Amino acid sequence: MKQLLIFIRKETYHIFRDKRTLLILLGMPMVQVLLFGFAITNEITNARIAILDQSKGEMSRNIIQRFTASGYFEIDENLQSLSDIERHFRQGKTKLVAVFPPQLEENMKRNVPAKIQLVADATDPNTATTLINYASAIIGRYLQEQSHGQAVPLAINTEVKMLYNPRLKSVYMFVPGVITIILMLMSAMMTSIAITREKELGTMEVLLVSPLRPSTIIIGKVIPYIVLALAMAAIVLLLGAFVFNMPIRGSLVLLIAECVLFVITSLSLGILISTRTETQQVAMLISLMALMLPTILLSGFIFPIESMPKVLQILSNIIPAKWFIIIIKNVMLRGTGFSFIWKETLILLGMAMFFIAASIRNFKIRLA
Amino acid sequence: MSNQFAIDIQGVSKRYGKDVQALDEVSLQVRPGELFGLIGPDGAGKTTLIRILATLLLADEGQATVDGWDVRKDYKQIRRNVGYMPGRFSLYQDLSVEENLTFFATIFGTTIRENYDLIRDIYGQLEPFRTRKAGKLSGGMKQKLALSCALIHKPSVLFLDEPTTGVDAVSRHEFWEMLQRLRQKGITILVSTPYMDEASLCERVALIQKGRILSIDTPANIVGSFDKPLLAIRTDDMYRLINDLRQFESTHSAYPFGDYVHLALDGPIWAEAVHAYLVGKEHTGIEIKPAEVTIEDSFMELMSKE
Repeated sequence: MKQLLIFIRKETYHIFRDKRTLLILLGMPMVQVLLFGFAITNEITNARIAILDQSKGEMSRNIIQRFTASGYFEIDENLQSLSDIERHFRQGKTKLVAVFPPQLEENMKRNVPAKIQLVADATDPNTATTLINYASAIIGRYLQEQSHGQAVPLAINTEVKMLYNPRLKSVYMFVPGVITIILMLMSAMMTSIAITREKELGTMEVLLVSPLRPSTIIIGKVIPYIVLALAMAAIVLLLGAFVFNMPIRGSLVLLIAECVLFVITSLSLGILISTRTETQQVAMLISLMALMLPTILLSGFIFPIESMPKVLQILSNIIPAKWFIIIIKNVMLRGTGFSFIWKETLILLGMAMFFIAASIRNFKIRLA
Repeated sequence: MSNQFAIDIQGVSKRYGKDVQALDEVSLQVRPGELFGLIGPDGAGKTTLIRILATLLLADEGQATVDGWDVRKDYKQIRRNVGYMPGRFSLYQDLSVEENLTFFATIFGTTIRENYDLIRDIYGQLEPFRTRKAGKLSGGMKQKLALSCALIHKPSVLFLDEPTTGVDAVSRHEFWEMLQRLRQKGITILVSTPYMDEASLCERVALIQKGRILSIDTPANIVGSFDKPLLAIRTDDMYRLINDLRQFESTHSAYPFGDYVHLALDGPIWAEAVHAYLVGKEHTGIEIKPAEVTIEDSFMELMSKE
């Protein structure tokens, strides 16, 4: 026990005396959250669009006015003919052109289906879809208002209610994602170089010729980093809450406890990497490169797992981040309690124990 | 398993890959309380042998015991009871002198106070700097700290791998004095060094070259085994001198030795004969004197026989 305590103390000295690394470790989550928060967003404001108004009636004027009033669009140019559309897109000035046909008003009055054409530049499909959705919604709402009082036969109005994130803010998606990725990568990286550094500096040689047990070395390396990783989690959560108004609806204690569990899982994965590698560089490459892609792609952070091919869906089960994202979204957004996430928690716990056991088994008690 | 030797090595071999034979059937015994030197040039296999004894490497063939414990089976007991100081400075550079020592004392289940007697001579000199980071110490002080850390748990056997490499002459001298004092306290010491002059400070030495032991004996006996007349020679053109001497008919061997060339002769030959030969070769500033045999001469002689 005394051995473990002094080992933890030694590791703590290493962490706090290396001021530059400490600064990077704590500064990185901050930069990442701000970058993700401000740069990566699916919301669109003030998109430049063009109008080809051939009807020049009251109706088209009203719709155009609603476009500009919505805050989503800004009219860039009023086009004169259909041939202008192509030219306009090629110049890359706008992403969307709304075309109002000449007989728009007469058709409406005669109850003949009227058509408004929305032409979008789909080189960026996500933006195009979003713009089309926004524009159709505005037109739809206008038409609904116009038909007010008149019977519109056979018209079915769908009413959509977005639960837990009514305004579909992307911050609700990325804060849990960023916490997960930062905790995963940074934790794994920190501990993966912790043992290889001792190998490189030659201090491992001296540790080996001592009564220290592999389990003491490994647990002694993991414990001090838990605190550091939790500090990172706190930074991300605080930034999410105060800069991006991310709610924490569930129990804070539960959230922290789950973070601790996930951090231990990631730290032990890092330790496992470092028992199998000889140099800090290799360890860092493996923990960053080899973990980064699966963690981002297969965790459900950006791409929904349900829409992946079966093979990838099965593969995603071994990614610790997948389970943590489920847990953290439940706790933060839905405000659910432990009874809803015990299964995921158990899976993470199992993974952590597996990594630690494998590290102790793989720990080389000799050089070479 | 009882054994009268503190270290007993029987036919130990070790290869790295296919081509490098680091150790080739090495056998040697060190008695309890002995200060034993492992002398040889870089790459001779000294570090490999010490690492095998410190249970850090496994030998491919052969057996070895330390304090009667087998280096393969009983590695846990050995690790508890020996002190090991690797060739490279291997303490925590970002920890202070005192923190390093406390750390090593604690992991061996002891305290600085408990074994302070043993390290007083060595650590006493470091105490004024005990809050200084180990990385900021001078070379000599680093060695003293490393030795203190290796001794803090009162080991029965101490392995020192080239402890004086890269240390200034004064610190080297001090270091060997410390080893002499430790020996008086009954600790068996196996120390490796590439410096021949340090061999005479050991009780017994093993000369090792290319993974083979050339000779194991007391320094005096090794020097005494050199049975040829030896001359120290100097002229103005040292490079040509060696080549010319090697062509001299009575020459057994000629090696550079400091400012001189040590010339070993096959039979009793007057120095004047050598002088005359060199004059004939148009050397100037010739100086010839009888030389005292050193361990290095013996080592060169043993090496050339191999």
